[in-house]
Amino acid sequence: MTTVSKAGRRKPPRSVIPGFGITLGFTLAYLSLIVLIPLAGVFFKSAGLGWEGIWHVVSSPRVLAALKLSFGAALIAALINAVFGPLVAWVFVRYRFPGKRFFDAVIDLPFALPTAVAGIALTALYSANGWVGQFLEPLGIKVAFTPVGVIVAMTFIGLPFVVRTVQPVLEEAEKELEEAAATLGASRWQTISQVILPTVLPALLTGFALAFARAVGEYGSVIFIAGNLPMVSEIAPLLIIIKLEEFDYAGATAIAATMLVLSFSLLLMINGLQAWARRRHGHGR
Amino acid sequence: MAASANEVRPTPPTDAGSSAPPPFEPLMQRNAAITEPGWVRWTLTGVAVVFLSLFLLLPLVSVFTEALRNGVGAYLSAIAEPDTLSSIRLTLIAAAIAVPLNLLLGVSAAWAITKFEFRGKSVLISLIDLPFSVSPVVSGLIYVLIFGRQGYLGPWVADHDIKILFAVPGIVLATIFVTFPFIARELIPLMQEQGTESEQAALSLGASGWQTFWHVTLPNIKWGLLYGVLLCNARAMGEFGAVSVVSGHIRGQTNTMPLQIEILYNEYSFSAAFAVASLLAGLALVTLGVKSLLEWRYGDELAASRRH
Repeated sequence: MTTVSKAGRRKPPRSVIPGFGITLGFTLAYLSLIVLIPLAGVFFKSAGLGWEGIWHVVSSPRVLAALKLSFGAALIAALINAVFGPLVAWVFVRYRFPGKRFFDAVIDLPFALPTAVAGIALTALYSANGWVGQFLEPLGIKVAFTPVGVIVAMTFIGLPFVVRTVQPVLEEAEKELEEAAATLGASRWQTISQVILPTVLPALLTGFALAFARAVGEYGSVIFIAGNLPMVSEIAPLLIIIKLEEFDYAGATAIAATMLVLSFSLLLMINGLQAWARRRHGHGR
Repeated sequence: MAASANEVRPTPPTDAGSSAPPPFEPLMQRNAAITEPGWVRWTLTGVAVVFLSLFLLLPLVSVFTEALRNGVGAYLSAIAEPDTLSSIRLTLIAAAIAVPLNLLLGVSAAWAITKFEFRGKSVLISLIDLPFSVSPVVSGLIYVLIFGRQGYLGPWVADHDIKILFAVPGIVLATIFVTFPFIARELIPLMQEQGTESEQAALSLGASGWQTFWHVTLPNIKWGLLYGVLLCNARAMGEFGAVSVVSGHIRGQTNTMPLQIEILYNEYSFSAAFAVASLLAGLALVTLGVKSLLEWRYGDELAASRRH
């Protein structure tokens, strides 16, 4: 995220390049009008509710169940991606195989494919008579319209975050270190777990956090496959919409504020992780 | 549409290895100490390919098969349906306003951030990224809280007979919010890497600021810029959650394509829903195709913006 790091160290006393005032001014004005002021509105509104008001909304069983599902499923999906993401990145950085370029492009699909499209496609695949669902059904595994479906959708949207964060770090990793480890008698497994993994770990954590944050707030790809049964497979963003449709603005705001606070804490954590990674390994990019 | 999508798809699998970092590969193949045995390599590759096919490729393929399930005639008539056509028109309008505005922001934010030193720069970058970590539904909600009937500006807007919520301006606002960071995110690392020497040279030779940007900076960032615009556009046209909150779902008036998909799907007209979905999936394929092409042709220039 904070990709700006080293380059700005030289400090030109006074830049000859024009346009600082106007570009920064425009950026700040646009940012404030579109993003900051509207977001602040959520907090003003929820401040009006007071802690008790927020707690009253959030502690109702239905909201608690929805928050638990959103955060729980997002955590599981991010964990799945934290296993398969580095594996995919490793294969793409280190091995050759036919169709590599094609699959490399496919990884970005969840970035480019609209969430509603992904949602109905996944539902069609995993429903009882779908291409994948028909094989799972005899085994007693139901995916569509259950919390498992929520996890599948969240895994879909989260994967590129992990792969695309880990991949460049693996590409930059110095192979001399691996050779040194091998010369010193390390087995390949020892080299991977003790030399490569620590290098990749900060990026992996960042990717994990990004995938998690995205999955928590995800709406479009989840609501089709989830079935949206209250208390079972109803996610928090859907509950916000339901409250809005009932004109319960206070309730919607309370849930939104809770989710925002949790997401922003995550964002801070990501930045902290990157700072830590930069200090530790000197390539936090 | 499906046909044109197929034309884009074969990002040539022929020249397989060339996307890999060149200095690594030949050495890796020979040096047994820093690579894995063949069976491990092939197992890992197999797992990765199966995982990607099952989780990413299969949903994409199923969009087109479901769309064409009832034949091409049904497909075309589903798209020619008036409500669907009006949703396509609205989606195009929203993207046509949101993308240029975010392009302007992206370029000026990247210029300010990469060509100058100032305090609070990293805070500014984090703030630009903010919309990424906000749930789309919350992105819509914030505008309801402002312009809704009980909102801060609600009464004022109503008095002046301005329609924002449940109308085009609300949809545009929500779209801008959600796609806000894309172009800036693509440009900042790229322009960071290129530094300011070329611009300084041009300026010292007497070029004006605008000429410098147009003739020196822009040619260096044009491919990154193009990809940022494409990605921003794909998200703008496909945005669902945020737009769903502010649109009001008035058929034929405030439904964008993703909302039209939802309505058709909930009415059990599955193949019509998938027909509209296939248009957006085609757009996603074009976006990815162009991205691969750009990376393949101009890999070095884009290297800095590889990750986002």
